[in-house]
Amino acid sequence: MRLITHNMLSCNIKGVANGFPLLIEAGKVIEKEVDFNPDFLRHMFAKIEWKALVEGARSMGYAELPEDSPDATVLDSDESFLKKLHHALLELHLEEGALVCPETGRKFPVNKGIPNMLLHEDEV
Amino acid sequence: MWFLCVFYHRLLDFRKPEVEALAELFGEEIAENESLQWRLPEHHHNDTPFHFVQLSSEEIARNIAKRSILVKGMYELWGEGTCYEELKDSIQSYPDFRKLPFLTSGSTFRISVETFGKALTFEEQKNRIQSLTYIPFEGRVNLKNPDHNFFLMEMDESEENNGLQPILQRRIFFGREVGFADRKLLPTFQLKSRTYLGPTAMDAEMAFLMANQAKATSGKLVYDPFVGTGSILVSAARFGAMTMGADIDIRVVRDGRGPDCNVWSNFKQYGLPMPVALLRMDNNVTPWRSGLKEMFDAIICDPPYGVRAGGRKSGGRKILRGTVDPYTVPEDKRTDHIPSTGAYSLVECVHDLLHLAARMLVMKGRLVFFFPVLRDENGSGEVKFPEHPCFKLVAVSEQILSSRYSRVLLTMVKVEPYSEEIKEAARLMHLEFRENHLKWLEDGNIHSSVFKSIDSSQINTDSKTFKDPKPKYRGKYV
Repeated sequence: MRLITHNMLSCNIKGVANGFPLLIEAGKVIEKEVDFNPDFLRHMFAKIEWKALVEGARSMGYAELPEDSPDATVLDSDESFLKKLHHALLELHLEEGALVCPETGRKFPVNKGIPNMLLHEDEV
Repeated sequence: MWFLCVFYHRLLDFRKPEVEALAELFGEEIAENESLQWRLPEHHHNDTPFHFVQLSSEEIARNIAKRSILVKGMYELWGEGTCYEELKDSIQSYPDFRKLPFLTSGSTFRISVETFGKALTFEEQKNRIQSLTYIPFEGRVNLKNPDHNFFLMEMDESEENNGLQPILQRRIFFGREVGFADRKLLPTFQLKSRTYLGPTAMDAEMAFLMANQAKATSGKLVYDPFVGTGSILVSAARFGAMTMGADIDIRVVRDGRGPDCNVWSNFKQYGLPMPVALLRMDNNVTPWRSGLKEMFDAIICDPPYGVRAGGRKSGGRKILRGTVDPYTVPEDKRTDHIPSTGAYSLVECVHDLLHLAARMLVMKGRLVFFFPVLRDENGSGEVKFPEHPCFKLVAVSEQILSSRYSRVLLTMVKVEPYSEEIKEAARLMHLEFRENHLKWLEDGNIHSSVFKSIDSSQINTDSKTFKDPKPKYRGKYV
């Protein structure tokens, strides 16, 4: 599971108000190389919740991202920033671990890189 | 400029929508609520493989032909006629400034003869090519790799035409090839040699057609909420898109049939970039964070119709019916618990899909999905498709599956942004659609209508048709 996915998910158990962002319990993290595609990154940048991305990256062992969300102009001027964004968003993989709801503590397991977001019968 | 577009004679309903979608993708300016201009050759029926289409440049025509699945080739027509004398007049009256640049002495060329509905001997083909000496070709002939490729296409009038619509009068076309299809695409991606398959894996040809309808291309993110074995995403990835998929069945998505036989293996097989994400989730109770919207450029999928594979959603049969209260799973059993799932009707499934697409597609993003339709003796008749206030339906293409039912590929474009008011309007539309949909299905579901046994009265009428020796025009059955 990549951070781009983590950035989209929240705990939607009935009654939970604050299920985003999910805390990452990193069991096994690997790095997989992905082709650098600046168009795709620029496209995605506007939709990312920056803080969640920075915290998520830190839990997976990558602390190179700036704390505050940079201005969109930096996408065209700073190639090194794009590379860092690329690495954090697409190249860090959580193979085994869990995503934890910040409000209820409910764990969503991640196995073989695939998060299981299915809710139990009493959570729907 | 008008181009002669020659289609492969299959999936008739899918041909023009594919060209329209690709034209838009490659930069053809098409006004709101308008489509490309098409013209039929004289004496040809709409099912013919030959259509004239107006495109603003040769480059767009070439790009369309190269990526298209159903276009055999695009040609600049130099002349046409019902006999070779008419053809000669037609070619000679075609302006020189259009012809001369392709006849120069430094270039190489080839003339091929193609016939439709009949075969010609080598001698006959040679004679026809010889008859074109009035065209001032100054270049050399190169049969392997010419700069310019010319085609002489001939079709005769006949009653039977190898399954094609009978042509009422002989017609001959002569044109310069502007673009041609990539014939290696389908053989490479055919399901026969795919690593990981499932019972409802989308066949390669159709998956590419869907990816074309969705205008999948580099830099775009395509999503399949019923990903299964990933057959649709593979085609989108082949056209350069980043892909993402989800499924409620964790075995299909996470485990596959082993470490070398799963969704990832399918992408590895063709050297395509892996999906950005694969998830297990329920489309009925999605895990997206609130405020998340307009993420995907296209959603392409084949929802479960309930005929060969049924949909599932969270809940468990008894809970959904209210027979049993939602139960709490004891703490120690929680980690390995597999939540029960219950029946998920097609109508509800499509409503959730439309809702997901309304929220998660970018403006002008495309939703491309299949919807099953029951047929009667006269074809599919009056059918109403699911609607949503955010979407405009731009293409409807029917693929006949059996005498009982077909599936229709619907292409919808998001034209209105999502809002709470729209969500309420959509819910009302859904309720109305659901009520009417159930009326059309006799037993209340598609599965029983498709597999209903034939009663004896129908058998008698069928045997009459079997005795008819003349091959009938196959129409949309191709």
